[in-house]
Amino acid sequence: MKKIIYFALGIMFLVSSCKQSADRATEEIAQKSSEGISEMSVYNLPSTWTNQNNEDIQLKDLKGDVLVMVMIYTSCKAACPRLVADMRNIEEKLPNDIKDEVKMIFVSIDPETDTPERLKAFAKENFMDEDPYIFLRSSIENTREFAAVLAVNYKQITPMDFSHSNIISVFNRQGELVFQQEGLGVNSDNTIKSIKETVSKK
Amino acid sequence: MLNSKLKTIVLTVICFLSIQVFAQEQKKEMAYVKGGSYIPLYGADSIWVKVDDFLLDPYPVTNADFLKFVNENPEWKKSGIKKLFADERYLYNWEDDYSLGENTSERSPVTNVSWFAAKRFCECQGKRLPTLDEWEYAAMADEDTPDARVKESYNQKILSWYETPKTFENNIGSTFKNYWGVYDLHGLVWEWTLDFNTVLFSGESRNDTGDRDLFCGSSTIGATDLMNYAAFMRYAFRGSIKARYSIKNLGFRCARDSENL
Repeated sequence: MKKIIYFALGIMFLVSSCKQSADRATEEIAQKSSEGISEMSVYNLPSTWTNQNNEDIQLKDLKGDVLVMVMIYTSCKAACPRLVADMRNIEEKLPNDIKDEVKMIFVSIDPETDTPERLKAFAKENFMDEDPYIFLRSSIENTREFAAVLAVNYKQITPMDFSHSNIISVFNRQGELVFQQEGLGVNSDNTIKSIKETVSKK
Repeated sequence: MLNSKLKTIVLTVICFLSIQVFAQEQKKEMAYVKGGSYIPLYGADSIWVKVDDFLLDPYPVTNADFLKFVNENPEWKKSGIKKLFADERYLYNWEDDYSLGENTSERSPVTNVSWFAAKRFCECQGKRLPTLDEWEYAAMADEDTPDARVKESYNQKILSWYETPKTFENNIGSTFKNYWGVYDLHGLVWEWTLDFNTVLFSGESRNDTGDRDLFCGSSTIGATDLMNYAAFMRYAFRGSIKARYSIKNLGFRCARDSENL
């Protein structure tokens, strides 16, 4: 008997869950506004991500630092090594006094293959398993939304390969997109300039 | 005590039945599209793509549908939506947060909605946006064939629609019912798909394959056939939009997996 009631309650909950989550979302947003997250902030995305140390984080946990982000997948042979090199070059060229205010973030577009273990191995291989580098993955759904925000287009060609647009994005301390560098092996001067300017704005 | 137990049982049964009816209703309302394989237009990358069976709304979502959604989810109203999730043209043609105004028909497809809003709407109905492949697959059909792309008359019809202005002001159901029982895939509005951003057009993306030419330069010529011209226009359009764009001739409809019933 009790089981039936629980079952019924369960179903009722399922049916109304959209509405409820919507209310929760409203509350969350209200709360966030009070924390000073602007409307264009990527921290409005409520998604949870996992880093290479298998720790769950919310994007908004990164709030306060300037973020340099790129979407990659670890099994990629062609473009990704160059994107990794581009990220390293950018980081190396940053003045020492601002380095600890910048995070360099790789987001996987292939979350099924790129488990936290895999990300860890990739980070080690590239000598990037340390600050300021962070490797993140989430669900396919969250990844899709995040790519939509970054306007990164990608497509799975075969189970092993994705083709994707090569975009390095800079976010300010509030999580607003301030600059994007498109292309592989392009001159990073403007990106570095943008990072410096962004860091100087408190 | 016994009485109250009985009541609970009756209520439980009623609740359960009504949910069953609700699910059945939804099933009835949606069109069943039998899956298969097809070659979409991918320029030089053309490969067979498998599409599983799925359910598709027979009509695009209307202004009336979307108004109801906004009433239930006020954070998606015109003045409430976060800029991250929609540009300033969001629901531009509506008079107010909760009213369409005289110039916007309840039965015309909702347009000026961003991808984020369309996606959320479908999730709230227990559905999702159709994938690009599902949409293209269903849209190959004319009145009596699942794949009418080889028919010249069919492509002619689609292309002549692309030249007709303001079809987005028409009511849903004003175009033909296709083989799957789906209306308005052509002739009314363009539609969001879940993975619209899988379309790659930029020059950079071509670096992956070692082909440095832009899509427009290299692939139109290599496109499997001229019959794909209409599809090419859709892919080009999708490749040029961003998820927060709200566009006056871009609407959506929802889909769901066939086994999730």
